[in-house]
Amino acid sequence: MASAFDYAPAPESRSVVDIAPSYGLFIDGEFVEAADGKVFKTVSPSTEEVLSEVAQAGSEDVDRAVKAARKAFEKWSALPGSERAKYLFRIARIIQERSRELAVLETLDNGKPIKETRDADLPLVAAHFFYYAGWADKLEHAGFGASPKPLGVAGQVIPWNFPLLMLAWKIAPALATGNTVVLKPAETTPLSALFFADVCRQAGLPRGVVNILPGYGDTGAALVAHPDVNKVAFTGSTAVGKEIARTVAGTRKKVTLELGGKGANIVFDDAPIDQAVEGIVNGIFFNQGQVCCAGSRLLVQESIQDELLDSLKRRLSTLRLGDPLDKNTDIGAINSAEQLSRITSLVEKGAAEGAEPWSPECELPSSGYWFAPTLFTNVTQAHTIARDEIFGPVLSVLTFRTPDEAVAKANNTQYGLSAGIWTEKGSRILAVANKLRAGVVWSNTFNKFDPTSPFGGYKESGFGREGGRHGLEAYLDV
Amino acid sequence: MSDRLSVLKTYKLYVGGKFPRSESGRVYEVTDSKGKWLANAPQSSRKDARDAVVAARKAFGGWSGATAYNRGQVLYRVAEMLEGRKAQFVHEVADAEGLSKSRAAEQVEATIDRWVWYAGWTDKIAQVVGGGNPVAGPYFNLSSPEPTGVVAVLAPQESSFLGLVSVLAPVIATGNTAIVVASERSPLPALSLGEVLATSDVPGGVVNVLSGRTAEIATPLASHQDVNAIDLAGADDVLAKELEIAAADNLKRVLRPQPVDNWTATPGIDRLTAFLETKTVWHPTGSLGASGSSY
Repeated sequence: MASAFDYAPAPESRSVVDIAPSYGLFIDGEFVEAADGKVFKTVSPSTEEVLSEVAQAGSEDVDRAVKAARKAFEKWSALPGSERAKYLFRIARIIQERSRELAVLETLDNGKPIKETRDADLPLVAAHFFYYAGWADKLEHAGFGASPKPLGVAGQVIPWNFPLLMLAWKIAPALATGNTVVLKPAETTPLSALFFADVCRQAGLPRGVVNILPGYGDTGAALVAHPDVNKVAFTGSTAVGKEIARTVAGTRKKVTLELGGKGANIVFDDAPIDQAVEGIVNGIFFNQGQVCCAGSRLLVQESIQDELLDSLKRRLSTLRLGDPLDKNTDIGAINSAEQLSRITSLVEKGAAEGAEPWSPECELPSSGYWFAPTLFTNVTQAHTIARDEIFGPVLSVLTFRTPDEAVAKANNTQYGLSAGIWTEKGSRILAVANKLRAGVVWSNTFNKFDPTSPFGGYKESGFGREGGRHGLEAYLDV
Repeated sequence: MSDRLSVLKTYKLYVGGKFPRSESGRVYEVTDSKGKWLANAPQSSRKDARDAVVAARKAFGGWSGATAYNRGQVLYRVAEMLEGRKAQFVHEVADAEGLSKSRAAEQVEATIDRWVWYAGWTDKIAQVVGGGNPVAGPYFNLSSPEPTGVVAVLAPQESSFLGLVSVLAPVIATGNTAIVVASERSPLPALSLGEVLATSDVPGGVVNVLSGRTAEIATPLASHQDVNAIDLAGADDVLAKELEIAAADNLKRVLRPQPVDNWTATPGIDRLTAFLETKTVWHPTGSLGASGSSY
């Protein structure tokens, strides 16, 4: 749909980042090859260009990394909190200094728009380290007893949707409380974690305190099952979360799980429509909808359905999909071919079950993994697209007549991570927020994150909280 | 001592505010520490466990929606009712645990005091574990604890009354509803507690008490899709592992068994927080602008 208002390309330069042709595992302060010499390629999802070849950790490497972390634990946990704090403050500062480089790297490896890595991911990463740095020498005042102790070695497995941010959510509180970590980044997005290893080097972090093991699911499974791991932290799918819960059964390992979601975004008839539309778009199209707390179910009050949908469709038509490095891009690439096929098959299922798909006119690039923003109307609660997490830019629209019906529908899911409420009426916000079984409720806003704000789910969205004072508990022996 | 023949009590389950027998019609023999017959207790079945879940779920909305002050008053009322029936519980605990009358009385008194302790927590825990979060932006941001939902509680096997109340009271104090599996060998104090709860303004279904074989009752509870959490205090290591694996199916919150040497020690808040979720609510604050009045 060419018009006089087309944007000229405004690409961010990728010369700011220097990606090596190959990377090793980061164990005990050194980059090393995998014991069995295995490697895998990581590609840029927007072009399918191979970015680098990365060592793939096997169980022998997991053992080596856990040993290094165990060895480092003795000294790291014995450091005065004020010293650990200073290391974390250093890391926060170095991330701020290198944020442009890391933002471009993340966009290349993940496929998300530079606008998001630059304005959301990286600032939040630095803020998270800065926040937990300050806790390291104040733990005795955190409400977990007079002298709370760390757990030991933390095995951490993180997803590909916010690679560096999820690393920050895991590593910052773990280190602040005196644990050492072995972290496995996702197989499609290993690079920012490996660059983080270099940040640790610059910060002078003692060797073995942070170990990074790129690999696939089997690497994560070996890490979770390792007998000398004291703490398991996982962010990812509910299916894998359940598997982890089974693996740690009968052990003394402490576990926190941050899993899937099917967030309801509830719009009442008195909501400011334009603001609600922005919130809906942000809720489901931020990061191509590859967000566990996405507002993937729109619950709109029946009397304003037509008005809201007209407005929403008009807004979707203005979203710019394309080169993630372009500063004007709103919608980037889907992270992998595998994820794209999952989205595609769920969308086909949605249509086959009788829901009506709609997408704006939208030209998709010829290479890379892309999916046009899509919304479904005529969706019932029984439809697969209203129940399963799609993890893509796909919105299911349902309607309701009364607040009670809205709450009942919002809670009719095995998940309970996030929800949104749009109304001008304060008492209704508080009443509905009170009834929603979800760990994060955004009223008249959506997808807001902050290191001081606890994040995590009810029901099958997992347990434990990340962020804030609450986030410390996951890494303390309490 | 009169030579009057005493009236024996038929011990029954406590489910949904009523006192049913096991639907299976089964009972098992409960003896004192010396092997003397005390009573026949209902031997609950899988179906009894499921019925208890239904009752607990039905009660959850009302109990979790009650004000914290109200829950505190109701729990305090439990202590009042217990105080009046102290002699009965001293007798039952003495029989169950092979204690002298005076040692049993200590246990019962500690139990009553434990109810009072938790009654006082209902309207304080939210301030201790919740609070405002200073986010970097124009947002009001508040974290509050909420009850997890329906909690299965395997009461400790040894401490038939103090242990039982020490694991049950924190679960319901925060607004959860509970299905308690009584000590297998010594279920009578737990079953009698049901009679106290029924007369203490605790709404039916908030606490459901089942007696029988712990493993037989706990297994369907651990795998039940409408149970949100499980306290494994009364399970041995082998059973605890099996139940934890089953509980993973719907990601129940699991409190693993922890050795407790002394149930009379002040318990701390760990058992309160074990079955709480944290809900964080955001709202834009708006802005009055830089030129606004400063007072």
